[in-house]
Amino acid sequence: MRRRSLRAAWGAVKLWVPLGAWLTFVLAPYVWMFITSIKPPTELYTKTVRYWPGQPTFEGYRLLMETTPFLIYMRNSGVVAISTCAVALVVAMAAAYCFSRIPFRGKGVLLFGFLVTQLFPSVLLVLPLFLIMRSLGILNTPPALILAHSTFAVPFSTWMLTGFFNAIPRELDEAATIDGCNRLQIFRYVLLPLSAPGVAAALTYIFIYSWNEFIYALTFTADLRARTLPVGLQTFMGEFIIRWDLLTAGGVITALPIVFFFMLVQRQLIAGLTAGAVKG
Amino acid sequence: MRSPRRSSAKASRGNRRGRTWVLPLFLLSPALALLLGIVAYPIARAIWLSFHRLEILRPDLTQYVALDNYRGLLQDPVIRIALQNSVVWVVGVVVFQCLGGLVGALILNRRFPGRAMVRGLALIPWATPSVLVALMWTWMLDGNYGLVNDLLVKAGILSRFQPWLAQPWSALPAVMLADVWQGIPFFAVMLLAALQAIPEDLFEAARIDGASPWRVFRHITLPLLLPTILITTMLRMIWTANYMDLIMIMTGGGPGYSSLTIPLHAYYMAYKRLDFGYGATIAIVQVAILAGAIVAYLRQLRSHEVMVQ
Repeated sequence: MRRRSLRAAWGAVKLWVPLGAWLTFVLAPYVWMFITSIKPPTELYTKTVRYWPGQPTFEGYRLLMETTPFLIYMRNSGVVAISTCAVALVVAMAAAYCFSRIPFRGKGVLLFGFLVTQLFPSVLLVLPLFLIMRSLGILNTPPALILAHSTFAVPFSTWMLTGFFNAIPRELDEAATIDGCNRLQIFRYVLLPLSAPGVAAALTYIFIYSWNEFIYALTFTADLRARTLPVGLQTFMGEFIIRWDLLTAGGVITALPIVFFFMLVQRQLIAGLTAGAVKG
Repeated sequence: MRSPRRSSAKASRGNRRGRTWVLPLFLLSPALALLLGIVAYPIARAIWLSFHRLEILRPDLTQYVALDNYRGLLQDPVIRIALQNSVVWVVGVVVFQCLGGLVGALILNRRFPGRAMVRGLALIPWATPSVLVALMWTWMLDGNYGLVNDLLVKAGILSRFQPWLAQPWSALPAVMLADVWQGIPFFAVMLLAALQAIPEDLFEAARIDGASPWRVFRHITLPLLLPTILITTMLRMIWTANYMDLIMIMTGGGPGYSSLTIPLHAYYMAYKRLDFGYGATIAIVQVAILAGAIVAYLRQLRSHEVMVQ
């Protein structure tokens, strides 16, 4: 009896100790960022590091909103990310429907070609794109970023959506055809509702990509008109006096939508992410 | 458009094929337009740039300089340092991400309450913006108020605080630590998916035969994971070699050139020295080196017959 309970305890230790260590490593930077953001400046720069503020305060958040252009960056990020979602989703859905449902020659090569575009370094593309955007006259405007972000989000979204569409049996298409549906109606009333979780995952991927993207946003924007949150945070870091309380507050706010959307669809996102690399 | 050429022999089939091209073309054209305009054309333009000398403020003074930019590459003393740093960066980061990801996958593969939730939480670094990763780690590695220094000193490992990001020997490893943190979850999730595809009976059979946990891992788990490990490693190598956000934000390649990698060098040449031609040249050479490395890697895999395809 005692031996059994000892064994159960040892089993629990073997499970929860590595798990706890792993989660600590993964989440500690987030927790530390949050703790820093609610510290008053007097407790921030002390000789010994304090693990929890004596007087927690949201003053940093208030100062961030009132004394910095953070809200403008956030609005720009929102405009770019939501527009990118709209553009990239429509483009990727059309392509994925085509890859999944219409037989044509060269399909495999084309789908592979889509993914190969992901492998080129951003530094190779960003230099000529800067010149192209400049001659188009859209440098330092949201459309430049929407265009770039949509393009780089399309291949993987197409790949993911093709997988989700393929999982829906073709017999359903045929049944709908017999019932008198045309292709558009089949898409609207059969494929779309059945692949809703997949579409949500693709949408989240596009949103996260655009919200997070740094190099293109840094290169194509010059001031408040189009600068997004990542670039805004980076300029805060570059300023002569780094206010870590404001900076970490900005970090927490930047992370919130990402963590929220991600947790919402993580199951589908993981399924889409691993579908390509893992073959049974 | 294609049908007239083949119409003589198989008139009716050719015609039908010609018509079935219309719908795919229509559905794919937005995606193709974006990829051609924003990926293919810029690549062509980058190659063109590498043979030219560009005055960014006076486009009319653009000059064809043949191989001058490529010759300049051979005489650039910084390139050698950047190449060394790039190799250390890619190999170091990917090896630790792979090992960490393997351990993580084995942990997450166990059964416990709340597993789905934990799995989601564990992947969060992958979805974190690089700026935020840089911000969190710059703060934790801070030389005066950093948590990492504090913990190491309290544990007795360090005698005093180190300015990790500001001294040449530790700047690159410090940024690598941040990147390993960001990349481990990706490996973990890939390997976890592969783990779950292994049939349970294999483990059971081994256990019945009295195999120790280590032998089960060594002779069943690892061989079956290997294809996924190798593919993920390759994807990750490409991605890591091209990734410059973290280094740019955390150290800017410094102090000196101690954490400068090839893509960052290319970027700075273009935007700090305004030499777009030379920047594009470095980027193209980087792609060529990377492509060579990948071909060698794949050939190696095939000769060892690790990949069955």
